[in-house]
Amino acid sequence: MMALLIRDIKLGLRAGGGALIGILFYLAVAAVTPFAMGPDLNLLAKIGPAILWTGALLASLLGLERLFQIDREDGSLDLMILNRHTTSLSLVVFTKCVAHWVTTGLPLVIITPLLGLLLNMDGAAIGATVLTLLIGTPAITFIGAVGAAIAVSLPRGGLLVSVVILPFAIPVLIFGVMATFGAVVDGAPFKAPLLLLAALTLFFAVLGPLAAGYALKNAGD
Amino acid sequence: MQLIAENLAANRGDTRIFEGVSFALRSGEGMTITGPNGAGKSTLLRVLAGFLPPSEGFVEVSDGELAEHSHYLGPNNGMKPNLSVKENLLFWQDFCGGGGRSTLDALDEVGLGHVHDVPFSDLSTGQKRRVAIARLFVSPRYIWLLDEPTTGLDRASEHMFTRLIVRHLRTGGMVIAATHLSLGVDAMKNLRFAEAPL
Repeated sequence: MMALLIRDIKLGLRAGGGALIGILFYLAVAAVTPFAMGPDLNLLAKIGPAILWTGALLASLLGLERLFQIDREDGSLDLMILNRHTTSLSLVVFTKCVAHWVTTGLPLVIITPLLGLLLNMDGAAIGATVLTLLIGTPAITFIGAVGAAIAVSLPRGGLLVSVVILPFAIPVLIFGVMATFGAVVDGAPFKAPLLLLAALTLFFAVLGPLAAGYALKNAGD
Repeated sequence: MQLIAENLAANRGDTRIFEGVSFALRSGEGMTITGPNGAGKSTLLRVLAGFLPPSEGFVEVSDGELAEHSHYLGPNNGMKPNLSVKENLLFWQDFCGGGGRSTLDALDEVGLGHVHDVPFSDLSTGQKRRVAIARLFVSPRYIWLLDEPTTGLDRASEHMFTRLIVRHLRTGGMVIAATHLSLGVDAMKNLRFAEAPL
């Protein structure tokens, strides 16, 4: 359990782990949007949180199909299925999701303040975006695990994974952006969407690994 | 411990790969599975390991479930190229429940004590296979399910592996190996798949 967490974090951080790809994509989205929107600083500040959330969501989707595929290709997945009596597959999936989020999701949260500055957002908006991303992006990873598990035996399942899980990730996006606006706009609700966002993460943290574990066990060929 | 397989059959999609496979093994007995390519040797091992449900029949051991007593050495080594040999073996030791030999001891068994801290990707094909074999020792299991275990091994390493199998059988273990090669172990039964399915 701990061994798997440490191994996956090591693999994610070492060369070829793919952690940098998501960051670069996120950076590209946030850097390009101001050029598309034109020089209206107020407009930019207003839709900044939405842009960052969209960028973070899409960046999180990028590396997801690799979550189990690498383990399948090198035979590790077989051994994990064989050892399901020592460590249940759901626990394996949960651990891999945590490691995946630490190496790909957390860096997005960490560079968010920098990108917020690019979008002319003020301190409160940046703080709220960081907070909602911190709470919300794990949910995307947990949802993504199900898609990754279903598509694990498909040779090029990358886009399929994104398409399959996007509908389930939409509520996360909605409540994430809603809570962020609640923090900066007077009269808009903040606490309720934030709690719903946290609830989504907790809900998918349970359901995602269970469903993905079941899918992996029955992927058997 | 006793292992009984009764009238096993397996499908891939709609294709019947094999059927009517029955055998029984006791502690200290081994079995090789031979036959032409595509006859279902690997599929049988995957059914035994529980990766693929049998379409007919059953397999059981006298105590608990087959998978929890088994090591599976498949066509892939299950090692990460970016990690050192030691890190790879330590991970599997921990993941499989531990309790076996130290990683250095296990590597010495396969004559690779000197690559302990080398990245797995720097090893040759045969050395990689031997590290995968060393995995069998870092946490002890009764049953070894081996799918073409000697792929990439040179003659000397094959002999070494044969000796390890004999020792495992003598200490009450069980070995089921799909291989074209004669492992040179006398106490082995043989299950022969006659022909490839249509």
